[in-house]
Amino acid sequence: MDLTLKIWRQPNASSKGKFVTYKIKDISPGSSFLEMMDELNESLVTKGDEPVAFDHDCREGICGTCSMFINGRPHGPDTGVTTCQLHMRKFKDGDTIVIEPWRARAFPVLKDLIVDRTAFDKIVQAGGYVSVNTGGVPDGNAIPIPKVDAELAMDAAACISCGACVAACKNASAMLFVGAFVSKFALLPQGRIEAHERVQKMVAEMDRQGFGNCTNTGACEAECPKLITLENIARLNREFLAAKLGARKGENVRGGGGI
Amino acid sequence: MAELNSKIPQGPLETKWTSYKSQAKLVNPANKRKLDVIVVGTGLAGASAAASLAEMGFKVKAYCYQDSPRRAHSIAAQGGINAAKNYQNDGDSIQRLFYDTIKGGDYRAREANVYRLAEVSNNIIDQCVAQGVPFAREYGGLLDNRSFGGSQVSRTFYARGQTGQQLLLGAYSALSRQIHKGNVEMYTRHEMLDVVIVDGRARGVIVRDLVSGKIERHSAHAVVLATGGYGNVFFLSTNAMGSNVTAIWKAYKKGAYFGNPCFTQIHPTCIPVHGEHQSKLTLMSESLRNDGRIWVPKKLEDAALIREGKKSPLDIKEEDRDYYLERRYPAFGNLVPRDVASRAAKERCDAGFGVGETGRAVYLDFADAINRLGHNVIEARYGNLFQMYEKIVDENPYKVPMMIYPAVHYTMGGLWVDYELMTTVPGLFAAGEANFSDHGANRLGASALMQGLADGYFVLPYTIQNYLADQISVPRISPDLPEFIEAEKQVVDKINRLMNIKGKTTVDTFHRRLGHIMWEQVGMARNEQGLRNAIEEIKVVREEFWKDVKIPGDAFSINMELEKAGRVADFLELGELMAKDALMREESCGGHFREEHQTPDGEALRNDEVFKYVAAWGYKGENTEPDLIKEGLNYEFIEVKQRNYK
Repeated sequence: MDLTLKIWRQPNASSKGKFVTYKIKDISPGSSFLEMMDELNESLVTKGDEPVAFDHDCREGICGTCSMFINGRPHGPDTGVTTCQLHMRKFKDGDTIVIEPWRARAFPVLKDLIVDRTAFDKIVQAGGYVSVNTGGVPDGNAIPIPKVDAELAMDAAACISCGACVAACKNASAMLFVGAFVSKFALLPQGRIEAHERVQKMVAEMDRQGFGNCTNTGACEAECPKLITLENIARLNREFLAAKLGARKGENVRGGGGI
Repeated sequence: MAELNSKIPQGPLETKWTSYKSQAKLVNPANKRKLDVIVVGTGLAGASAAASLAEMGFKVKAYCYQDSPRRAHSIAAQGGINAAKNYQNDGDSIQRLFYDTIKGGDYRAREANVYRLAEVSNNIIDQCVAQGVPFAREYGGLLDNRSFGGSQVSRTFYARGQTGQQLLLGAYSALSRQIHKGNVEMYTRHEMLDVVIVDGRARGVIVRDLVSGKIERHSAHAVVLATGGYGNVFFLSTNAMGSNVTAIWKAYKKGAYFGNPCFTQIHPTCIPVHGEHQSKLTLMSESLRNDGRIWVPKKLEDAALIREGKKSPLDIKEEDRDYYLERRYPAFGNLVPRDVASRAAKERCDAGFGVGETGRAVYLDFADAINRLGHNVIEARYGNLFQMYEKIVDENPYKVPMMIYPAVHYTMGGLWVDYELMTTVPGLFAAGEANFSDHGANRLGASALMQGLADGYFVLPYTIQNYLADQISVPRISPDLPEFIEAEKQVVDKINRLMNIKGKTTVDTFHRRLGHIMWEQVGMARNEQGLRNAIEEIKVVREEFWKDVKIPGDAFSINMELEKAGRVADFLELGELMAKDALMREESCGGHFREEHQTPDGEALRNDEVFKYVAAWGYKGENTEPDLIKEGLNYEFIEVKQRNYK
């Protein structure tokens, strides 16, 4: 396949970026998108040019590092995959492909296609855990959990924190990410204990980091490589409301977290 | 150093760890606040160690090269984590998990370490459940298990095909909580480039901020390396692109001995190689072997027609299929350990029965399981794996058998550590895949997650405290000591040297050449001539690298070519040591298969008389042969036998 690539180049966070056009030839349809980028970079380096900087690591769709906005869609035209799992057979010979970084105020560009997603870590640090120390915990089977709850929690826990939901959202909202994190704990008895405090802390941090609010357009769900559903945002809202209405601090009203 | 002291506690196997814990020194809470610990790497071992040490009250600094601690490659582990809970009432016990691990490792691991691993395995499950890890459950609400290669019980806990992700998120959450509390300072996008030794003790690290390019000096009372394995020395492996040997290699060059560098695990179920631009290999969880049956055509002509695309596997009649694992190993069948399954696949392909375009693939067929259990059950068990396969290969594995081939996956070798997980450098610890300790010559499936978390949650917190108890009078270490300045200078010099080569050849080209040498001659089957060739060929590539590598850009911003170059430079040295270790070990054991040493039917043939030891290599300078120290393995509690899975 022969392709034209229009790629966002930006030397660092403080300088302005621009699109640069590259031509690339003889790409195998069986290659992954990132292998295509490798080939481009190999040719740039050989010519003495700086390669396009992009984030990537596991290349099997689980680490959540890769983050390209391809032809106007996070992780490109396929559904339910990350950029590293996207294959060139999804494109046609002669195509022009536009490649940008995630665009969001909370995700500043560091270089070319690399953005800083520390804001997600900050949200987790604010409350995304069960406050147990190592040791002194009960036997694993002492906490029976209905299979359906465990499965729903796992659906939410599948989030890889890539940021596609933020990139897809016109408000650059992180509600799907936070909803998934809140849900996976809210659905389990271990997580219920701190559910109210957790949701309030995580939402407050989400706002502090500069993410926008949700206006229910559903772009996040459509673009999520792990198919995390809007149900998690609904659950986040219920949990948040219940926490706010729960009045007395520490009172643990179940926020309709189940099904 | 002439001897290695493994510091194994006296007494019966079952009481060694208990008696160690009851005698180990403690540090009081007021003193813990005055002691700093550096943890490099935030995978299962690193994140769990950093979180646990911070919870105890130590001041922790943690480092990862990724943009978030949650992205370490532990996240990619699919299948599960072993524990001796015996929830299934199928006869499991700590003793059996211990025995299976020693046997699976082909009697090249330390009894006391492995027993401890089996012992704390149960605590890990409890800990993870308490953290909210969504393990798979039965309808009654209790934890579910699956079986895995190398064992006859179901002891593997799992969270769909994303067990590593869920366990890492548990450890990441615990770590995040400590970051929030101010007990852990987290440095992301930082890569460790050297360890600093002051008066014979590890006292800090030199790191590079991968965004600004700035070289930084960080000090502490003790340093933990939890930096994973070095499978990327083969270029193509299932490791993440950034996985590297640099941290432990620098430690080796600063005096830490390297244990069994040649012990590499080749995983039997990976998606086959498709072309020369391939950047990495994708693993399909070994759990697939629970329900999938592995076969190749019985007739050479059928295999040839499949390779040419003139026949489909569905055209091959049942009687014309060779389920070679079931045929050769009736007792364990498709669930033989990884090394056995990998070599059997290679043997069939070498003999001309391989399928796929390249002939380097065998089938993993789910037709029987789908008929027996139904499409839905198989989808619930392996849905995400099947989806991943289809995205990569563009074939539907519910209908057409999967194609798989072995690939480099894990390195059992690593820094030599004693019972306390301390290297030969006082104050320098190694945990998880970065150490050599528990898996001998072959690791069983679902045991890597177990070892990483055992080391981080339940072993290091005790053993490191035992070391730090003697350090309470040592004030905070200054990163301005001459040793730090000198180490920093060396790191800067090396970066400048790399940047100034300004050659013509890309880093990846050198890496690919090294990988080719390693895979062909230091891979699944090794022989004397090949290993000798490899040593010479690696030297040539290394010399050319230092004359001709091309790195564009500068060292003062994000420069991924420079990062790769530093890692490949270390792989080019490591590869030679691996070949030397493999050459020295004149036997076959576990993942180390020397063609000269096999039974008449092609199984690995150990030589316990001569090689029942851990080979620990010490660095003696650039052009000097490394020093070899042998730590003899004494099996007091189990009988050493020839492995037999028939």
